[in-house]
Order: sequence, then C-alpha cells, then structure tokens
Amino acid sequence: MSGISYSSYKPTTKVGKWMDERLPVGRMFHAQFVDFPTPRNLNYWWTFGGILSFCLMAQIVTGIVLAMHYQPSGEMAFDSVERIRRDVNFGWLIRNLHAVGASMFFIAAYVHIFRGLYYGSYKAPREILWIIGVIIFIVMMATAFMGYSLPWGQMSFWGVTVITNLFSSIDSIVPGLGTTVVEWLWGGYSVTGVTLNRFFSLHYLLPFVLAGLVVLHVWALHVVGQNSPMGLDVKTPSDGVPFTPYATSKDAVGMFAFLLFFCWFAFFLPDYLGHADNYVEANPLVTPPHIVPEWYFLPFYAILRAIPSKLGGVIAMFGAIAILVLVPWLDTSKVRSTKYRPLYRWFFWLFVFSCVALGWLGSKPAEAEYVFWARVFTFYYFAHFIVVMPLVGWFEKPLKVPGSITEAVLAKNKGAAAAAPAAKS
Amino acid sequence: MAIEAEEPDRRDFLVLAASAFAAVGGAMTLWPFIQQMNPDAGAQALASIEVDLSPVKVGQAITVLWRGKPVFIRHRTEEEIAVAKAVPMKDLIDEYARNAALPEDALATDPNRTKDGHENWLIMVGICTHLGCVPKGQAQGDSKGDFGGWLCPCHGSHYDTAGRIRKGPAPRNLEVPVYNFVSGSLIKIG
Amino acid sequence: MGPMQRSMKRSWLNGRVVAIAVAGAMAAVLPFSAANAAGDSAGHAIERQEWSFGGFTGQYDQAQLQRGFQVYQQVCTACHGLKRVRFRNLAEPGGPMFPEAAIKALAASWPYQISGELDDQGNPIDRLPGPADQMVGPYKNDVQARAAQGGALPPDLSLIVKARTIETHAPWYSHWFHMLVDIVTGYQEAGADYLYALLVGYHEPPAGVTVGDGMYYNTAFHGNQLAMPPPLIKDAPVEYQPEAGVKATLEQNARDVTAFLAWASDPTLDTRKRLGWQVMLYLLITTVLLYLVKRKIWSRIEH
Repeated sequence: MSGISYSSYKPTTKVGKWMDERLPVGRMFHAQFVDFPTPRNLNYWWTFGGILSFCLMAQIVTGIVLAMHYQPSGEMAFDSVERIRRDVNFGWLIRNLHAVGASMFFIAAYVHIFRGLYYGSYKAPREILWIIGVIIFIVMMATAFMGYSLPWGQMSFWGVTVITNLFSSIDSIVPGLGTTVVEWLWGGYSVTGVTLNRFFSLHYLLPFVLAGLVVLHVWALHVVGQNSPMGLDVKTPSDGVPFTPYATSKDAVGMFAFLLFFCWFAFFLPDYLGHADNYVEANPLVTPPHIVPEWYFLPFYAILRAIPSKLGGVIAMFGAIAILVLVPWLDTSKVRSTKYRPLYRWFFWLFVFSCVALGWLGSKPAEAEYVFWARVFTFYYFAHFIVVMPLVGWFEKPLKVPGSITEAVLAKNKGAAAAAPAAKS
Repeated sequence: MAIEAEEPDRRDFLVLAASAFAAVGGAMTLWPFIQQMNPDAGAQALASIEVDLSPVKVGQAITVLWRGKPVFIRHRTEEEIAVAKAVPMKDLIDEYARNAALPEDALATDPNRTKDGHENWLIMVGICTHLGCVPKGQAQGDSKGDFGGWLCPCHGSHYDTAGRIRKGPAPRNLEVPVYNFVSGSLIKIG
Repeated sequence: MGPMQRSMKRSWLNGRVVAIAVAGAMAAVLPFSAANAAGDSAGHAIERQEWSFGGFTGQYDQAQLQRGFQVYQQVCTACHGLKRVRFRNLAEPGGPMFPEAAIKALAASWPYQISGELDDQGNPIDRLPGPADQMVGPYKNDVQARAAQGGALPPDLSLIVKARTIETHAPWYSHWFHMLVDIVTGYQEAGADYLYALLVGYHEPPAGVTVGDGMYYNTAFHGNQLAMPPPLIKDAPVEYQPEAGVKATLEQNARDVTAFLAWASDPTLDTRKRLGWQVMLYLLITTVLLYLVKRKIWSRIEH
C-alpha cells in the first residue's frame, strides 16, 4: 500500500464482526475499493482499467454460455454456430456480444496501453505493474486468436494455418524443428478438427489465467498507487480522494459510455469488425483471395510482412510486443508525464500514427508500395523504443512539473477562476 | 479542499434513480442468459412425431423416442384390458389418470388411460415417476412385475397393465402424453 | 509563471520540427495512394442500393420477402440449396411469414427429398420434408453437385449475403472517413449490394475480352468470368401475383430475391435492431444519470 492507508471499515453486524476476526475479506475489499486513495485529478482515460475488467467478465460469461451450445469438432463447429445464430433463444445476441466483445476488449486495451505510454505509467516504481500488463496483452492475443478459429469459417481455418505456420520458420535455425513444432501444434500434418478441439480447450482455459493475471495487475497497482495525468503520485492525504465514491462514480460513467459504443456495434454492426469470408465454411482446398487477421492484429501482421525474410519477419513481429517489456528502462526521462515533455510529445503522436498506419497497411495486400510504407513505419516503431525513448529523455528539457497533485489542482482552478470569473458558479 | 454545501434531496434522488436504472438494467440483462438454456427453436419444432402402429401385433410392445424420452406403446391383450378394468380405485397408490389430454383431476380408470375406441393401445412416457429410470416390461423376456405391466429395475416400482403404480416408491402413474389417431393405425405424438 | 511560459514556447518550436517532418511524410504518401485508388476504381464498381432493411433502423419488408421467395423457388432452387433455413422459418415473425398451412403444403410438395435417414430395415431412405426440415437443394453433397454442373459448385445460399462483401479501395487519407460514415449510418448491406449487382451484372463482354467456354461475362464478379448462367431473364421475368401490385422486371426480381436471401442469412435482424434501440435508450438515460451523480459527488472537492 502507499504510505497513506487508513481504514474506515467498521463491521456493524454480529456476523460481520465474527467474520472480520476470522477471514477479513470485507476489510480487504473495503481497504482496496473504498478507502484506497486515488489521485483527485484523474481524467476519463483512467476509467479504462475498470472497463477492461468488465470486458473480461463479459467475455467469460458470454463465452461460457456459447460453450453450452457450441460443438468443437471440424464437422459440427460451423453448423453449431449457425444454430446459435438462428435457433438458440437469444443465441444471436450472445454470439454478437462475444464476437464484438473481443474487438471492444482490444479497443479498451489499446486505449489503456497508450494512456500508460503517454503518462509514463510504466516508470519506476511501476515496472512490475507494466510487465504484468504486457503479459496480459500477450495472453489476450493468444486467447483472441484461438477464439477466432472456433467458428471454423474460411478465415478461421486459414488464419490458424498461416499463424501456426509462423513457427515453421524455426526450421531455418534448426532444420526440422519448426516442422516438428507445427505438427505438434496441429496434432496432424495440416490444420484439422483435432487442432480445433485443442484450441477450444485452451480458449476456455486462458480467460481464467487472464483473470488471475488481472488480480496480480490490480495488486501491483494498489501497492504502488495510481499514476496521475501529471505523472505525480499521491503523497499527502489531500492529493487523493477515497476510491469510493469518487473513482467508482467516474468509472461507472466511463463504463456506461463505453457500453453505448459497444452496443452500437453489437446491435447495429455485428459483422462490421469481422470478415465476410468467415461465413463460408472452412475448406482446406481453397484459400480465400485476401487473408487478413482480425483488425487488432493488423499492425503486427504488417510488421511480419514488412521484413523480407521469413524468420526475420516472425522475430520482428514477436519482438514488437516483447520490446514493451523493456520500456521502463528504455525511457530515460526524468519526468513521467508526456504533458511536461515538449519534444517527446511529438514523437509520441508519431508513434501512434505509425501504429495506426501499420494497422491500415496490414489490411492491404502485400504489394510493393504497401510493403515499402510498412517498412518505413516498422522502422519507426522500433526506432521509437530503441532510439527515441533513450535519446529524447537525455536531451529534452522538460517543463516544470508541479510539486504535488494538490498544488497543480489548486493552481489550475485559480488560473481558470482568474481567467473567467463568471464561468465558475 | 472546498467542500460545498450539500443538496441532500437532489443528490439522494439522483443516486437513487441512477442505482435503480443500473440495477434494473442488470436484472434485465440476465433474462437472455437464462432464456438461452430453454429448448431452442429446433427442439420445439421437432416436438411431435408420427408412428405407424400397424406392425405391432396383439401382445407386443414398441418403444419410440419422443423429445428424447422413450414412449411405450403396448398393444394390449383382451385379458390385460380386463384385468386393468377390474382394479378397484381404492387399490391405486395414485388415483389420478395423469393423462395430458384430460383434466388434472380425472380418475385413473382404465378408459381414462387410453383413447376411446382404441382401448387396446396403451401409450405412455416410459419414465418411472420415482427418479427417472426406464422400467422393464417392453421386451418379451422382461420381468413385468407383480401386476403384469412394468417393473422399474432401479428401485422396484411395479406398474399394472394400465401403467398405474401399484407397489414401490414411485408416487405417480406413468404419464400419458398428448397423442391422436391421425388415420387408421397412424398416431401423432405431441 | 514566467519560466513556464518560456518553456511552453520552446516546446512549440521543438514540436514544429517534428510536425514538419510528419507533414513531409504525408505529402510523400499522398500521390502514391491517389494513383492506387484510381487504378482500383477502374475495375468493377458496385453501387450501394436502398434496402428496406438497411441502416440502423431498417426492417425487412414482408411482401418483398414473399416475392423474393417466389423468385428463389422458381429460379434458384434449380441448382442451389438453402440448407440452414428450415421450412418453419418461413412462417416465423421477421421473415416472409407465410401461413402455417401454406408452409406444410410447401414442404410436402418440395421437389427435393431429405436423405440420410434409415428405414426399419436399416436401409437409407429418402423422404418428403416437413416443416421442421431443411430447404434442401437438388444435390445430396458437393461432389454430386460438381459432377452435375461440369465442375462448378453452386454454393448453398443460406449465408450467401453474409459471405459476400464489397472491397473498399479508399486511399489512406479518406479511408477513415468512409469507415466513420459507415459506422454512424450502420451500413451492413455490402453483401446485398454485391449480390444485386451480380444478378443484374450480366452483359455482353466488351470488345477485346474473350470469355472462356461455359463462362459468362459479369461486371460485378471478381475477374468478370462466372460459371453461373444468367439466372434472371430480361424478357421473361418471374411474374408476381397480380395482387402484389408490383411490376415484374429483371431488376425487381433481383432486388426481391436479394432481400429474401438477406433474410435467410440474418433472420433475426428485425428483433436485433428493435431490441438494439431499447438498449441504446436505456444506456443513454443511465449514462446521463450516472454522469449527474458523478458530477454531484465530485463537486464536493476541487479536482
């Protein structure tokens, strides 16, 4: 816990007192989700942590329900999804919520990651918190990838084929090993219903691993306390406000606003984020003309294709994710928040632009100009971490950071009041 | 920290309204998740079957599958019908007919267990009313119990030739489903 | 605030260097993207159509679905199945809603039989379909279909509208705008637009284009050569019942059968959008209420 923890927890009932002396679960939850001091100046970007917890729970609940109707076999999978869409009571709704929910989960995760990058939430003492977050991201991607294989449409089948085949690139280091690994993953000499069965099993398992990792992530967060838009920690009681009702009421607004966005897609555009080809049943004899992964993998897919060598592409793709682990040490800046980093700010937005550009390029065919630009942005993607982060941190002269959250809040409100005295009622 | 004056009424109303909305929404969200476990449209559509009785000779019985449950169809002999009709109501453990086509309080007389004019056909769901096993008595070599009808192997419930419980732990007579004679020897169950 | 302002100014100068670099990069991309877009649009352009079920409020037109079924029954069934649709679906709300009795009669008079079941002796049998059965096509499996069609497989049409789309070729600087417009307007009808374009897209090949043996020239089809002969005929369209009050033309046939197949692909669309609006309204009210609660709570402190 951060230095300023106190407990307002007073069990009032006899049962509550009895329980508190034996297993103080109530006390723990009260300390972590009521008394926990949260910076008083958090903006709405900080509500995405709560939104992500909701996304995980929603995916687990809808997923368990879908597993009641889904049949994980090469012969039955596609038909069973169609039965869910057509015959199961509210099956169409639950299936849309799950499929769209995967995309929403990633949208929220990307916002959360970029928020962390912008405000320097990875910097000491939050390195472990950040690294657990990177692991969550990787497990999330594995879960989503296996989940997309389950409808057993053309994109499912060929997506699995292409991505599992990445491991065959190991052949160029140890001849034969890559093929062995791929056949081990497949459980055969090609992607078959056997592969589907194991993917289903793992797709059911990994969300619970994620839930465990989220507990660790929140634990690590509550040990070091939350970062804030100014990159300042809660140091004195006046810097913070109790988690409940302050953060909870703000998180609730953020979550419902996000639900509006979520439901717009789930009810009016359920297939917008998917691929038409996945409504064609898997056919091992015909590859669809234009294979693309789900949108949330596109930047990494573009990096894969940007590198001319098979093994190099695979290493670059995995490296693009793995490099995030090193960010706490690559960033040499003395201040956390990009708000006070006049030069780095521009590089940050260039990095965001590169990621979006890579996403767009990943959806395009691997033709000359697209590959050229994919290389340019791939170069910047890595340069941002390896060159920009260490160098800009050294050379840049940051703006003056306020002494404390309280000071910053009071100064801002005083400034606003002076500038427009009539505006504040 | 500037703490402004509270407006308790407005805030209480707001908190109450927002909490009520969130709670009602949460409760309504549960509905699809409960409803999805009910029989789906495909299961409901297959809820009736047609069976041709002409190959079933007197004294024989067949079992057909209806909504995933065995349905016993026995072509009763004159003697079996006579025995069933002769049973006084006071000897029955369950005095109600348990016939889906009749009111709930119809008595378990032999005619109430069959269809008028087709008393030789006894058609019942073949599931013991105790704990759901399938009673013996359909095949020629089966033990038919103490009353010449069916005997549940699980806990020893004896049913008579009208499918009524006579001895053992089962509380009710075997259920008679909705069925109709469509034409001649063709019946539609469900 | 003196030093603060000074450093702000410096930050702007620093930033401008980067901004110029970004703008330069964009300028370099522009010509290439524009050229690329032009190259694509010279190929097959597919126009968006007005559909009763389009956008975020659209619902199926029951009369149109009934006409579309008629076209499907008289034309498409010759080669294509509709196996994920069951006869009973034709009577359900949100669909063509034919009367139950008509469905029974339709199933009993269907030209193709249900196979794969066994008789009492264990021999495979074919039987007439009932309302609970699939709307099967003429072929028992894909191998038989290919053999009968000279190698070309007439696909099952149950999901054809969901399984087709229109490729977008917008350049990078306007792509996001088209996406935004589609999201805001709830555009999900690319499959229907494509299918309609295909059905009305048969033409004489332009000069200089040779069409392969047994192939037909179609402007909407990728590569322009399609093995399916023109299913709808301009001079002899499928005639509608006089009480329908709709003039039978090739375009009308194509439009109606596309609507019917859109329903076959997505039979819960009507319910989905209706429930969607109720959910959106609920979420909107709750969000506003929660925002007011949040504002009230946070007004106790400066933040």
